[in-house]
Amino acid sequence: MLGEGILKGMAETARNFVGSYISEDRLVTVQYPEERLPQKEAARNFPFLVYDGDDWQKGLRCVACQICEKECPPQCIFIVKDTAKKPDYIGKLQFQPKVFDIDISVCMSCQICVEVCPFDAIKMDVEYELSTQDRFGQLLLHKDDLVRPNQYYRQIHPTEAAEIDGRLAAEKAKADAKAKADAETKAKAQATLVAKPAAAPPAKPSAETAPAPVVAK
Amino acid sequence: MVESLDQIFVDLKHLLVTLAPVEWQPFLSALISVVGIIVTFASLFALSTILERKGLGRIQNRFGPNRVGPWGLLQPLADGLKTLTKEDLVPRAADKVVHFIAPLVLVIPVFLALAVLPMGRNMVGVNLDAGVLFFFAVGAATELSVFMAGWSSRNKYSLLGAMRAIAQMISYEVPLILSAVTVIMMAGSLSTVTIVQAQAGYTGWVPHWYVLTPWGLAGFLLFMIGAAAESNRSPFDLPEGESEIIAGYYIEYSGFKFALFFLGEYVGMFAISGLAITLFLGGWQAPIPVLEWIPSYFWFFGKLLALIAVFIWVRGTLPRLRMDQLMNFAWKFMLPMALFNILVTGLWRFIPTGWERWFICTLLIVGAYVTLGRTLFQQKHWAKRSYRFAE
Repeated sequence: MLGEGILKGMAETARNFVGSYISEDRLVTVQYPEERLPQKEAARNFPFLVYDGDDWQKGLRCVACQICEKECPPQCIFIVKDTAKKPDYIGKLQFQPKVFDIDISVCMSCQICVEVCPFDAIKMDVEYELSTQDRFGQLLLHKDDLVRPNQYYRQIHPTEAAEIDGRLAAEKAKADAKAKADAETKAKAQATLVAKPAAAPPAKPSAETAPAPVVAK
Repeated sequence: MVESLDQIFVDLKHLLVTLAPVEWQPFLSALISVVGIIVTFASLFALSTILERKGLGRIQNRFGPNRVGPWGLLQPLADGLKTLTKEDLVPRAADKVVHFIAPLVLVIPVFLALAVLPMGRNMVGVNLDAGVLFFFAVGAATELSVFMAGWSSRNKYSLLGAMRAIAQMISYEVPLILSAVTVIMMAGSLSTVTIVQAQAGYTGWVPHWYVLTPWGLAGFLLFMIGAAAESNRSPFDLPEGESEIIAGYYIEYSGFKFALFFLGEYVGMFAISGLAITLFLGGWQAPIPVLEWIPSYFWFFGKLLALIAVFIWVRGTLPRLRMDQLMNFAWKFMLPMALFNILVTGLWRFIPTGWERWFICTLLIVGAYVTLGRTLFQQKHWAKRSYRFAE
């Protein structure tokens, strides 16, 4: 009959209205500043720079290769290379950024900088409460605002961080083993050169000498 | 004691007026009434905005506003401050004079219409002999303001919204007035005060309200549907239809002018609900004789809040109609039903009191309703929609 559907709909909304006062479960609202939903692991917002160890100046992974700067679609990254070099996680000397700025009012959170970085130095942060009164000062993040320890990265994106840590540790182990082997062969050559008649010490196989995979700091 | 509490506002006004010199008294009396009505209904507007947002929230299993003040009760204050401090934008191409006076042309008649509503025993702004006629005449002026707003903004959306509003308001004005005609026929008067008095008295516990008769119930429902359409309330809010024409005729209004439109719309809703109360729900009279000690203005505003709650409930339930559905509903259903209802009222008037007239009138109305509903549904052919313009 005409009007039947309207009455049914009215009954439904009345049930919702009364029900929302009776059972709290019906209310889907999360009252944000007081209540928060747990962060999703895949969440991302703006990029940050990862560093290993305690001192960010020493442990910064960025080598100022400027790939991210070139790839950034909205051009929000600005890098100036430093002339001084510093050793990276395997002890190789690398460049470092003198200036590394990201304008997060321009950044569109596309994650392309993360995808292109060969050094796993730039990653996406999950911080979202970034509102500020100072539009120009506070939204242009400098190097010291951007750095975060690797522990923080492990905390916000555990799966990715574990994978990267494993890879870096393996690389470091390989580099260490290679260095050790090189050193041994060198020493051996030296020894044979210096004391030819003496019996050569039994050379240990390099696999045994490799240190246990250290977690990159 | 009860009597004095009931008449407290009337006595107070009388006291104030007698303090003034004689030549000032009529003017002062009018001024006090006007200020009283404006203050009451403006605060009712503030109250109903928060109630509406809360109610809609609960209907959708949300909290609704709960940040400003306890339970969000100070939200209207924050909204008012916001609209007052907002920038008042006027489009460069707009007709500035018309754009400026359109909100005033809405608010003034809407408040004028309140003058003839009896809000309690002896509490009426002016007791006009043609009160109902005055109400509808003044209420029709709001259509002018809507078109002024839509036209002067020089915006396609606002013009579309205004055209929709005019089409809708004129279409629904007809069944609205025709359903009110039944009450005028029975009460034999156009004066709102006389109409309320005609509904006085009780048979046992049942009041003599017109809504409790077959023709009265049909008339009341038709009147409320027409009222929703007249005040542009959902499901008849096509003129402002956010999803298709953004905000309709007040798209170019901001700041306090927008607030005035908002106020006008709500007070228009209160006015037309107040008229529905006066015509069908016994005005300021108590629903059962034992509750007659409660002051009469309490009953009027209680009924008004109940009707507002129904409007909010309907808004939370029904989706917006399409334009052709809206027009079909007005001309194919509301108008025939309203005309038929006038006929039934005439029968009710001339059949002597008794169960026979109840039986005959109920049968006629239900029969007409069912037949009309069936016919309208049968005419529907469900088919794939074809677009003539977008091909």
